[in-house]
Amino acid sequence: MTGVVIVSHVRRISEGIKELINQMGIINIPIKAAGGTADGRIGTDTNDIKSAITEIFSDDGVMVFYDIGSALMSTEIAVECLPEYMRKKIYIMHAPIFEGSFIAAVNLSINKSVEETVIELNNMKTDKSKW
Amino acid sequence: MGLNAEEVKYIIYGIADAIESNKEYLTELDSAIGDADHGINMSKGFHAVSIKLKSYIDEDIGALLKMVGMTLISTVGGASGPLYGTAFMKAGAYASGKMEINLYDFTEMVSAGLEGIKMRGKAVLGDKTMIDAIEPALNTLSEQCKLNLPAGDVLETAKEAAKYGVECTKAMEARKGRASYLGQRSIGHQDPGAASSYIIFESIYKAYLKLETKKLKSRRDYL
Repeated sequence: MTGVVIVSHVRRISEGIKELINQMGIINIPIKAAGGTADGRIGTDTNDIKSAITEIFSDDGVMVFYDIGSALMSTEIAVECLPEYMRKKIYIMHAPIFEGSFIAAVNLSINKSVEETVIELNNMKTDKSKW
Repeated sequence: MGLNAEEVKYIIYGIADAIESNKEYLTELDSAIGDADHGINMSKGFHAVSIKLKSYIDEDIGALLKMVGMTLISTVGGASGPLYGTAFMKAGAYASGKMEINLYDFTEMVSAGLEGIKMRGKAVLGDKTMIDAIEPALNTLSEQCKLNLPAGDVLETAKEAAKYGVECTKAMEARKGRASYLGQRSIGHQDPGAASSYIIFESIYKAYLKLETKKLKSRRDYL
């Protein structure tokens, strides 16, 4: 089962998004909220993201959504630290964090493939180039 | 120049002290055009580095710098973590297996570090980022590292070039980082990332001078 990891600077944002997705009755998709620093500040933590991905990883891959700034860089480093066979099954998505992870979870829960979902969400890519 | 791992450690302690004493200043710069966390984030990162250094024993300078990079990546929290972290990792990759480094090596390490920052942050010169301080310093190092000048003098010119780079960021409109959302409103303020890069170069220079003085003194004692 493809999983979804949500990476925000604020832990409560990623947990809130997860809560909202669960409220849709989507409980068959592994979703993991990551965010905040290890000592509870606003920010992102590579180790936290890496363990979120590892925890829900399967051969069907993991889609990762992030908010702004360091979230993308921390996610990229987390992925670079993973073994090769995992790396190629991680999809870092550039869609808006909430809409993106919500649509991904809904799609995956009704058995749409991860490839199909990636294509759909690439159409709603936002410019997150300003880290 | 010729620095061993113990001396590189001394320089890193110097960087950590300088970051700590400029914590408020960096946060102040960041509160004008960013999210007001650069000082605290950098201080968290380098504080963690200092703690690790205390029990660190390895003569390989590359391994030492990689440790610094990994620590920054996992403790800073803001964009400066992945960016400075990647820079130290890349510098460490260059210095891997080296028990001693000279000015030429240092130049190559800065070059590898800057390349890492550009790769990670996808920014270029003029975007109002740390690159605007590091690239002028690197250019100076590259021009002067082979001229047989005293290393202290070259490091001084390089940190002055970084300082000038920081000044130049005032007139720039931010194209990367939190400040870029402010567009033209970011003009008139210096970039906090460029400022911390200058502080790093300045503290490397100062720590190096202290090491030189110590070496001269011990040589005198010996004679």
